[in-house]
Amino acid sequence: MRVIAAMSGGVDSAVAAARAVEAGHEVTGVHLALSRNPKSYRTGARGCCSIEDAGDARRAADAIGIPFFVWDMSDEFADEVVDDFIAEYTAGRTPNPCLRCNEKIKFAAVLDRALALGFDGVVTGHYARLVENDGVVEMHRAEDHGKDQSYVLGVLTQDQLRRSLFPLGDDPKTTVRAEAAQRGLQVANKPDSHDICFISDGDNAGWLEDKLGAQPGPIVDETGAEVGSHTGAFAFTIGQRRGLRLGVPADDGKPRYVLDIEPVTRTVTVGPRERLAISRIEAIKPLWCGEAPTTELDCTVQLRAHGSEHRARVTVDGDQVIVELHDPAEGIAPGQACVIYDRTRVVGSATIARTAWVEPVGSAN
Amino acid sequence: MTEIAPSVYLDHAATTSMWPEAVEVMQQEFLRTGNPSSLHEAGRRARRVVEESRELIAERLGARPSEVVFCSGGTEANNLAIKGLYWARRSANPLRNRVLFSSIEHHALLDPVTWLAAHEQARIDVTPVDQQGRIRLDALSEAIDSNPADVAAITTMWANNEMGTIQPVREVVELARAHQIPVHSDAVQAAGYLELDFAGTGLDAMTVTAHKLGGPVGVGALVIRRELDATPLLHGGGQERDLRSGTVGAALVAGFATALDLTVQHQSESGPRIEALRDRLVRGIERVVPEAIINGDPETGPGHRLPNIAHVTFPGCEGDALLMLLDAQGVQVSTGSACQAGVPQPSHVLLAMGFGDAAARGSLRFSLGHTSTAADVDRLLELLPAVCERARAAGLVRSRTS
Repeated sequence: MRVIAAMSGGVDSAVAAARAVEAGHEVTGVHLALSRNPKSYRTGARGCCSIEDAGDARRAADAIGIPFFVWDMSDEFADEVVDDFIAEYTAGRTPNPCLRCNEKIKFAAVLDRALALGFDGVVTGHYARLVENDGVVEMHRAEDHGKDQSYVLGVLTQDQLRRSLFPLGDDPKTTVRAEAAQRGLQVANKPDSHDICFISDGDNAGWLEDKLGAQPGPIVDETGAEVGSHTGAFAFTIGQRRGLRLGVPADDGKPRYVLDIEPVTRTVTVGPRERLAISRIEAIKPLWCGEAPTTELDCTVQLRAHGSEHRARVTVDGDQVIVELHDPAEGIAPGQACVIYDRTRVVGSATIARTAWVEPVGSAN
Repeated sequence: MTEIAPSVYLDHAATTSMWPEAVEVMQQEFLRTGNPSSLHEAGRRARRVVEESRELIAERLGARPSEVVFCSGGTEANNLAIKGLYWARRSANPLRNRVLFSSIEHHALLDPVTWLAAHEQARIDVTPVDQQGRIRLDALSEAIDSNPADVAAITTMWANNEMGTIQPVREVVELARAHQIPVHSDAVQAAGYLELDFAGTGLDAMTVTAHKLGGPVGVGALVIRRELDATPLLHGGGQERDLRSGTVGAALVAGFATALDLTVQHQSESGPRIEALRDRLVRGIERVVPEAIINGDPETGPGHRLPNIAHVTFPGCEGDALLMLLDAQGVQVSTGSACQAGVPQPSHVLLAMGFGDAAARGSLRFSLGHTSTAADVDRLLELLPAVCERARAAGLVRSRTS
């Protein structure tokens, strides 16, 4: 295949590109410039959009011996990912911009451009496994469950999966680093990137307040009594405990958690941990890796990045997905993706719209 | 790549192939030991190479040997010229703090000038250009006349690196002479393809660099009138009449001199040959991609355009997509624009000439050189229709998603 290798400047995408070359593909390295005002140097473990990262990617491409170009996707990224991130927080939800970037940029705008330019697909350093089964490309969790990134790829459709190569899915990260060193790639010891690439200091709340301005509102307890105030409901996520700065202590003296965010009145409701438990999820805008399921699924779901798996019964009704958990889950925020798995295979994903407490299906058994 | 495509280099304005004679001279010189500033035999021998090179370069550029100041290349020569003249002229008279330059200068002048404005209280006056990319003398004249006494220096390139448009350097000098304002010209692109007569034009300073005319990268010269005061950028051993400290590389300047000498010797033959190749290229593009627009001055020759550069807009295509697709087939061209963080930006030169953003992004610069052949041009023409079609398709995807 003629493929582009999306190269962030990190070790994973560099090794992925090198492996694609070795597998006989004709590979062109592409670094995506996503920031409109890139910083000169990388700071700590965040982001991949500095000029230094672009330089690292270029150096890796040179070492592998493939052509290399920088594609400016900063407008698309600002419109599809950054603006969406702000809008979601404004609406009281908790978005996952990495998922959104995969859905709208890496495997959409970039892939479309690559196809138009005569390429057949895209290779990335994501940790996930693609398996062809009876003419269908299935996506599975990576062998290295600690590094598995199938959750943020859960938005990919069959068309996109057919155009994708994930050469790292079978190996643990340590192997990939060792291989990078063995290949003489300078990025072998570069730290992993975490957090949100466009928020360079990791202070999401501060970044949002910069963008949106202060939007003060009350923090109330379950009874509606005001127990504190805030400068922006967007700074909160369901299940959050730290940084509430409540003026009035709870009667029982136990820590309180964010239970609900009401964006119109900017009211943040807090309460005891028990109240975080939910067992029913309504999710919307499903995307399926293959055919949409037609029957009720006995499966597992993952409800946030690096989150654990929950056994569930999933029913699909058009654009609505009902998820009934066997055991309650805590701190599940609307806006996050519910990715549905059949053992290791990703079935699809949907965006969490509402959560509720009902008697879990597991307790009935 | 599964098959090896023939490599076609059409980016001679970025850097051109070295003359084998220059390589040979350098190789010999590299194997000898000697610092041209040393007093002993080895030093004297190296100094002789440097001074003979200086004399040859001066002769070929219509300057006196003492006016040739060796440095690392075009960027340094431009920095030395504009900062050096600005500092010296302002320190002689604090009222002189205005720098006049054209809107199509290379970044190697644009950036030092804007740096002077940001850090050295310079006021800058940008002279606009016409649609062919030629400085508007009426506007320059007006800018000078607004207050001739406060002008520290004027700089105007000899030929533009993206369009090849030749600038009216003599006329600029005429305008400045009445007020004794020094004029510098960046002749980096012109030196390989035009006869340069430093004394004849009346310029005060002129930048040339070796690697654009078949010499090595890493050496160039600022030709600067002896009488003119300029403040050095580098202080140290006092080489190059105190204007540029640092050991002069005998091998580098020998390679530079050999390349310039050969370039000038071959100019009467190679100029028309390169112009004919450009004509083949331009006519060919008009034939195979009829919607393409050939930019700049259509006429060649002194007062018009360099013989080796063709600048072309491909409507609906992005320059960087064209570049990538041609590169994949072994054909190397340039978008002519500067990159910021590796991201191609629309060229300030094209914007100054009145190009819209899309046209500025959808253009390529093809530049020929002394080693270019008809086969190079024909290979480009063979690939171009399919490449344009692909790039247009990619352009459509982009306009849908953005």
